[in-house]
Amino acid sequence: MSLATLLLLADGRLPSGGHAHSGGLEPQISAGRVRDVTGLEGFLHGKLATSGLVAAAFAAATCADVRRCGELDAGMDARTPSPALRKASRAQGRALLRAGRAMWPVSPHTGREPHQPVALGALAAAAGLQPLEAAVAAAHGVTTGTASAGVRLLGLDPYAVHALLARLAPVCDRIAAQAADRCGDAVDDLPAAGAPLLDIGAEHHATWEVRLFAS
Amino acid sequence: MHPELHEHGPEEVPHTHPDPGVDPHEPLHAGPRALRIGIGGPVGSGKTALVAALCRALGEELRLAVVTNDIYTTEDADFLLRNGVLPAERIRAVETGCCPHTAIRDDISANLDAVEDLEATLGPLDLVLVESGGDNLTATFSKGLIDQQIFVVDVSGGDKVPRKGGPGVTTADLLVINKTDLAPMVGADLAVMDRDAKARRHELPTVFLSLAEDKAATPVADWIRGLIAARTDAAVVS
Repeated sequence: MSLATLLLLADGRLPSGGHAHSGGLEPQISAGRVRDVTGLEGFLHGKLATSGLVAAAFAAATCADVRRCGELDAGMDARTPSPALRKASRAQGRALLRAGRAMWPVSPHTGREPHQPVALGALAAAAGLQPLEAAVAAAHGVTTGTASAGVRLLGLDPYAVHALLARLAPVCDRIAAQAADRCGDAVDDLPAAGAPLLDIGAEHHATWEVRLFAS
Repeated sequence: MHPELHEHGPEEVPHTHPDPGVDPHEPLHAGPRALRIGIGGPVGSGKTALVAALCRALGEELRLAVVTNDIYTTEDADFLLRNGVLPAERIRAVETGCCPHTAIRDDISANLDAVEDLEATLGPLDLVLVESGGDNLTATFSKGLIDQQIFVVDVSGGDKVPRKGGPGVTTADLLVINKTDLAPMVGADLAVMDRDAKARRHELPTVFLSLAEDKAATPVADWIRGLIAARTDAAVVS
């Protein structure tokens, strides 16, 4: 494995379309559930424990065996009840593949528009990374992308937000380890934690006439 | 069982088919891709009005599509639809998450996806206009997204704008100074703007435009016709 390669894959500057997505934060801010750094902290803990764990598990499982892309992708569909979130995940998966294919020889098993965690796992495999590293990149991406949207939407103090991200780093590691432990499991046995408010928020958000983020 | 992914319309929820059978879609055309022109410039300078004018001027003679990048929502795409300059299937709106310049320069993935989807669903195109969300004087397009870029400023921003320069004014392949009809009202001196633009841009062309008076954006449409003709000639030679 190469640490520098992992940093490259997890870098927010990777041109993979993530900047246009708030990770479900925009509708929660609008609903008044997240107003400040404390609210963001609660939101990110909740995301890590639910969709973050699922994303990390599917990234790790794809990295472990890219030939399972098809069934893992269907498994992500089953764990993503919101059509808007499916669309957002596939848009980001497609964008990530575009960047990844320019960087490494990515497996053709991914299809054209896979879910984002499946694309991430396939990129990690192509880059020679291990399932745990794919899981870390997934968990890390769940927190940093959303936190960046919080800075833009609420004008939060960027230092306070990065202090929060530093506190969350060990949580990301723990979630990633938990996810990677199960990377060889049957798809139906992989984590399936859900956050109904994220699904509901995403569906409302998709109907707004004016929004700053795509999801 | 290998679910295959396939193309979806912008409103359709992406999904997989457990038993794909035969792909019902035509293969992507193998011909040369469309000429892509980026249109950038500050908020309110007339980018969307210029795109609408170009659609009216060129829509009959070229196979044309438009990608809009709004700071939020789909306002610009809706404007084009309301004005009936192009059918809905020829317009895609990209959402940019507060960062219009990121979507056209640093992370162009959503725009590339939109351009490719247009070419995949409409077949070969001659021209794709990519309109940036209104931004500042530093906003420029990535060469990975577009072939040529137009930067639009207007006289009501003050006749010092060309002198101020910035990458948009300095490096755009065509600088459009719009709303010349307002010059007397805002005390802008077009001769000063012309002189400063020449000093900043050296050989690169600058045109003056009043979309209120020239609804076909004639000098800009002619510039694009020249680019299309040059491409066609190059294709014949090669």
